[in-house]
Amino acid sequence: MRSVIDILDLTTEELEGLMATALDIVARPDDYAEVCRRKKLATLFFEPSTRTRMSFEAAMYELGGNVISMSSAASSSAAKGESVADTAKVVSCYADIIAIRHPKEGAALVAAENADVPVINAGDGGHCHPTQTLADLLTIRREKGAFEGLTVGLCGDLKFGRTVHSLINALSRYRDVRFVLISPEELKVPSYVKRDVLKKQGIPYQQTTSLEDAIPDLDILYMTRVQRERFFNEEDYLRLKDSYILTPEKLRGAKKDMAILHPLPRVNEISVAIDADPRACYFKQVLNGKFMRMALILMLLKEAGTI
Amino acid sequence: MNIDSIQNGVVIDHITAGNGMRLYSLLGLDNLDVSVAIIKNVVSRKMGKKDIIKIDADIPVDFQVIGYVDPGATLNIIRDGKLVSKQAVEMPDRLTGVIRCYNPRCITSTEQELKQIFKLTDREKRVYRCIYCETAAK
Repeated sequence: MRSVIDILDLTTEELEGLMATALDIVARPDDYAEVCRRKKLATLFFEPSTRTRMSFEAAMYELGGNVISMSSAASSSAAKGESVADTAKVVSCYADIIAIRHPKEGAALVAAENADVPVINAGDGGHCHPTQTLADLLTIRREKGAFEGLTVGLCGDLKFGRTVHSLINALSRYRDVRFVLISPEELKVPSYVKRDVLKKQGIPYQQTTSLEDAIPDLDILYMTRVQRERFFNEEDYLRLKDSYILTPEKLRGAKKDMAILHPLPRVNEISVAIDADPRACYFKQVLNGKFMRMALILMLLKEAGTI
Repeated sequence: MNIDSIQNGVVIDHITAGNGMRLYSLLGLDNLDVSVAIIKNVVSRKMGKKDIIKIDADIPVDFQVIGYVDPGATLNIIRDGKLVSKQAVEMPDRLTGVIRCYNPRCITSTEQELKQIFKLTDREKRVYRCIYCETAAK
């Protein structure tokens, strides 16, 4: 049974196919309003994530399907000690497709190995979150038209930010993409990502600690949150935190058509004053996430022969 | 120093000097009720120094463990005092039930019945990663 656990589970052709379907859904939503009639999506959220869960649920409803879910992880069978494998087997009996979010890394793979229906990873700890990357890709495609030739700035926590690593993996498949990695020394992109993805494929990148210096070159600015708990001491955090907050002043040097993305939720890393700027795309990203989840549900249900 | 030759059993030869004890432990040879000899720092023309393990019983030996600890070691099967097979062991693509993932955030840390499976992700640098969380083995 085909499942999607990591963005690497999807080929470039499949990514293109998903974006094409998503754009078709945007153009002709009525054509998709009944395609999943009488089909059920189970959302297994073992940790709270309002936005991702609602996005999956909205996606399934807009395809004409239904959603079943557990009310909370605390009241689920997991709280009684049931394994992820057993939960996946049981839920397979009720649902046609499963979206799972779990605090432990690898939990979605365990579910996929045991379920009889397709499984979508809706986030497994700090490991993978492929549908966020799908949202990012569609947003860039819709804003810029193509990936080729873009200079993509990734800013903030590039060490622990799973969305950043996935996005680098996905965009590396396209020609002439260049990365500017903007982070404090403590939160640089891990060496294995640079070695296994960027250097291996000869993709140009530069590393800097200054958002102001980097911003004029960027076509895309992908912001992430610099979290206090990632620092060894409070002093370093206080020294660095404001360097990675996007303000209207910092945006002055940017291109007029640069697109600003953020996986959300934001805390303070993008000033609210920027929300009205036409370059702010992070709320469009949320909507694009729903369209890509619709496309992914459709693809997997078709492959499984369910629809 | 002499160790008697064996009639029926297994000889793991060409072990990189210093790896013998680790191999002994990971192969679970300490649990065997047969004679096992670990010979350390044997002079070798090819390797300079090497370790050798001799097991005085014709038991199945886990190839993946040898390939993980010391690719290039050779596994010799002895029957009736004769060498019946000699095989250089290569790095396995997958390791099942040999090492444990140390990442406390990995699903294997809470669901103990899950098999510990690692995959080879970099042959040159000999990197194995947990299939669940992709943490590199130490």
